[in-house]
Amino acid sequence: MRSNGLTTSEAPLAPASPPTEPIIAIVGNPNAGKTTLFNSLTGSHQKVGNYPGVTVEKIVGHVRVEGHSYEVIDIPGLYSLHPQSEDERVAADTISGAIDGRKPDLVVCVLDASNLERNLFLFSQLAEFGLPTLVALTMVDRVKGDGREIDLTRLSNLLDVEIVPLVGHKSKGIEELKQAIARNLEEPHVPHLDLGLPVALESKVAALRERTARLGATFSSSQIRRALLRTDNEAEGFLESFPEVQEAFEEARKQLLEEGVVQPTLDVSSRYAWAGMVHRAAVSTPKGPKRKSLTDKIDLILTHRVAGLAIFAGIMMLVFQSIYSFAKPVMDGIQYCFDWLSSWISPHLAGIPILQSMIVKGLIAGVGGVMVFLPQILILFFFIAVLEGTGYLSRAAFLMDKLLGWCGLNGRAFIPLLSSFACAIPGIMAARVMPDQKSRLATILVAPLMSCSARLPVYLLLISAFIEPKFGPIWAAVALFGMHFLGLVIAVPVIWILQKKIIKGRKLPFLLELPPYQWPRWRDVWLAMYFRSRVFVKTAGTVIVLMSIVIWGLSYFPRLGHTQQAQIRQTIVAQKGSPDEAQQKIDEAQLEGSLLGRFGHTIEPVFEPAGFDWRVTTSILAAFPAREMVVPSLGIIFSLGDVDPDHPGNLKQALHDAHWPSGKPLFTPLTSVGLMVFFALCCQCMSTLATIKRETNSWKWPLFVFTYMTALAYIFAVAIFQIGRALGAA
Amino acid sequence: MIAPNLPKNAAKSPKIAFSDLKKGMRARIVQIVDCSCELERLQEMGLTEDTEFKVIKVAPFGDPVEIEVRGYRLCLRKKETSCFEVERIDD
Repeated sequence: MRSNGLTTSEAPLAPASPPTEPIIAIVGNPNAGKTTLFNSLTGSHQKVGNYPGVTVEKIVGHVRVEGHSYEVIDIPGLYSLHPQSEDERVAADTISGAIDGRKPDLVVCVLDASNLERNLFLFSQLAEFGLPTLVALTMVDRVKGDGREIDLTRLSNLLDVEIVPLVGHKSKGIEELKQAIARNLEEPHVPHLDLGLPVALESKVAALRERTARLGATFSSSQIRRALLRTDNEAEGFLESFPEVQEAFEEARKQLLEEGVVQPTLDVSSRYAWAGMVHRAAVSTPKGPKRKSLTDKIDLILTHRVAGLAIFAGIMMLVFQSIYSFAKPVMDGIQYCFDWLSSWISPHLAGIPILQSMIVKGLIAGVGGVMVFLPQILILFFFIAVLEGTGYLSRAAFLMDKLLGWCGLNGRAFIPLLSSFACAIPGIMAARVMPDQKSRLATILVAPLMSCSARLPVYLLLISAFIEPKFGPIWAAVALFGMHFLGLVIAVPVIWILQKKIIKGRKLPFLLELPPYQWPRWRDVWLAMYFRSRVFVKTAGTVIVLMSIVIWGLSYFPRLGHTQQAQIRQTIVAQKGSPDEAQQKIDEAQLEGSLLGRFGHTIEPVFEPAGFDWRVTTSILAAFPAREMVVPSLGIIFSLGDVDPDHPGNLKQALHDAHWPSGKPLFTPLTSVGLMVFFALCCQCMSTLATIKRETNSWKWPLFVFTYMTALAYIFAVAIFQIGRALGAA
Repeated sequence: MIAPNLPKNAAKSPKIAFSDLKKGMRARIVQIVDCSCELERLQEMGLTEDTEFKVIKVAPFGDPVEIEVRGYRLCLRKKETSCFEVERIDD
C-alpha cells in the first residue's frame, strides 16, 4: 500500500470489482459420482489451477440457472473432513472459508445411495460446518437394481436437507438439481443433526466453540470434540494457537474424564451408529435371497490369480503400445508440420539471420516440442479416464499393490510408472490417479528414471556401433534390456529414501475402494482428455517454449566472425572439400565457440573421469533441454551436419574414428556403456521438469529431480569407466 | 486346561488374526488395540468396534485383502490391520 496521497485519489478510477457470484462447493466421497455431477453442471466451463503452496488442484466452474451465474468449486473427493492429508486439509479449509476468506454460499453434498452408510459419515461431519446444504443423491438406479427402495422423504427428514435424486447415465435430475441450487441459495437452510452424542460432551463442545469463535477461530464442533476426546499431538497443537482457552479446555476434559465420557473412538463410532440408523430407516433391505452381483461375477475373472493377471497384462500392453507405438505416426505428423513451417518461414527471414535462427531453432522448435507430447497425453488420459470410469483402475491397483508396496509405493503407481517407459510427461501427469499425496510425489520424482522412448536412439546408436560388432546380437539385446531395467532398479532405493527422509507428511494406511463396475461416461472421458491437454499446453508449455529460446541463445552466441568463417571455408576448399563440408565445419566451429561449447570445454576435466571428451561433453550439455538433441548434436560436433536420429548412418563411423589428442580411440565398448548409463539416468528433458513444476506446484521438486538424477548419472558413468578400466576392460 | 467361564459360543467364534482370515469368512471387530498404524483413518472408513465384515478375496500376490463392510468393498493391507482384534462369525 502506498502512503502518498495518490492512492485515495486513484481509488475511484479503479474499475469496480464485478459483483461476486455466489459460491457453491461440491463435496463428496471418492467414487460417489462427484466428477460426473460437476461436469454435468459446468460442462467445459472449467478452470484448473492450484491451491497456493500445495500440490492439490483447484477446479472451478460456472453454472447458469435462469440467467444467474454461480461459481462452482469441485472439492477433492474425500472420506473425512478431519484432515490428515493435504487434499483433505484443502477441502476442510475451503469449506470453512480459511483459504479465500469466503465460505461457500451453498454446499452440494454428493451422496452415493448404494454406499449410503459410509457417505453419511462425511455428511455428518459436513453438517457441523453450519453451512446451507443440499444433497445430490447419486446411483439411485443402482439401489433399485439391487431390489431395494429408498424412502426419499424419510431420508430428507432425517438429514434435515433437500434431496435431489440423480439417475446414473442419463444425467437425469441435473435440471432439478440446478433448480434446487437456485432455490436453496434464495432460501438457505442449515441442517441440524442429532448424532446421539453424550449431552455432557456436546454442551462443553458448544461452549468451547463459542469461545474460540469469539477469538476469531473457525473450528468445527467436530474438531473441538476430537480435541477433547483425544490426547494426541494434533490435539495439543490445536490448543497451542489459543492459550486463552487452554484452561477451560483442560477443565472440560477433566470433567469428561471423571464422567467416563472420554474415549478416543467415541466421535467416529457415534457417527457410524447414526449413519447406520439413517440407512436402515431410509433404505429397505432387498427381498428374496441375495444374488451374486454382476460386479462380483466380473471380478471373479478380472481379479483371478491367473486370468485376472493375464487380462491385466494385456490391458497394460495395449495402453503401453498405444503411447509407445500408436502415438508415433501422429507425433511424426506434428513434427512434420512444424518442420514444414520452419522451411516455409526460413526464406522469408533470410535477411535477418538472428531472427531466422531464433524463430526456427528457438520458437518453432520450442512450440513443436510442446505439441509433440499431446498425442501421448491424450491417449494415456483416454485410457485412464475409461479405466477409472469403469472401476478397473482400482482393480489394477488391487492386483499390483503387493509388487509395488514393498518398496514404499502402492498399486496405483503402476500406470504412471509404466507410462513413463514411453514418456515421463504423461506418466507424471498420470500420477494424479494416486490419492495419497506422499506416494504420488514419490512416484512423480522417480518417473523420469524410467527409460523413455527418447533414450532409445542413443542406445541403438551406441549398441550398434560398439557392442554388437564386438560381442554379437545377444549381448546387444542384453545391453538394451539392461538399459531399460537400470532405471527401475535404481528407483527402488530412491523411493525408499524419498519416503523415509525427504517427503514430509503423515503416512496414511493404504485404502482402496473397489466400486461396482459401470460404463464410462464419455463426456467425462473427453473432458478429462481436454483439460489435461489444456493444462499441459498452458502451464508446462510456456516454460518449455521459454527454455527453448534460452538454450537456443546459448548455442547461438557468440557468433563466429566473417573472417573466421572465410578461413574455414578456404581451408576446406584447399583440401578439395565440397561447400557442404565447409558448412559442416563452420557449424562445428560455431557450436564449439558458442557459450555452450565453451562451457563444454571448460568442464571437460569434470567428465574426463567418465571417459568423455569435450565433444561428448558438449553434446551432453546440448541434450539437457531434450535428450532427442543428442544425436543431432553429436552429428554437428563430429562435422556431419544435422543427423537424423533414426538413421545415424555415418555417425557410427565418425564415432569409431574419433580419437583423443593422444591418439587413443575416444569410444570403446566401456565408454559407450558409460555413456548409455549416463543417458539412462540423467534428467535431460526440460519438458519433464516443467511438468513436475506444474504437477507439484513448486520449483523445488523439478530442481531436486534434476540434481539427483544428474548426480546419479555422473557417479554411475565415472564408476563404470574407472572400475572397468581397473579391471582391464578399456 | 478348561476355562470355566467362557461364553457358550467361544469355541465357535475364536479370536483370529486379521491376516489369517480366509476368503469367504465372516468376522467381527472385537477391539481396536492402539498400535503404530494409522487406525483412525481405518475407523473413519467404517471399521469401528463391533463392525461385521466379510472377506471377499485376497489379491493374487497375497495382499491386499478385499472385504465387504457396511455395504461396500474395501481393500486393506494385512500389516496395516494388526491393530484389529477380530473374531470369526459362523453363518
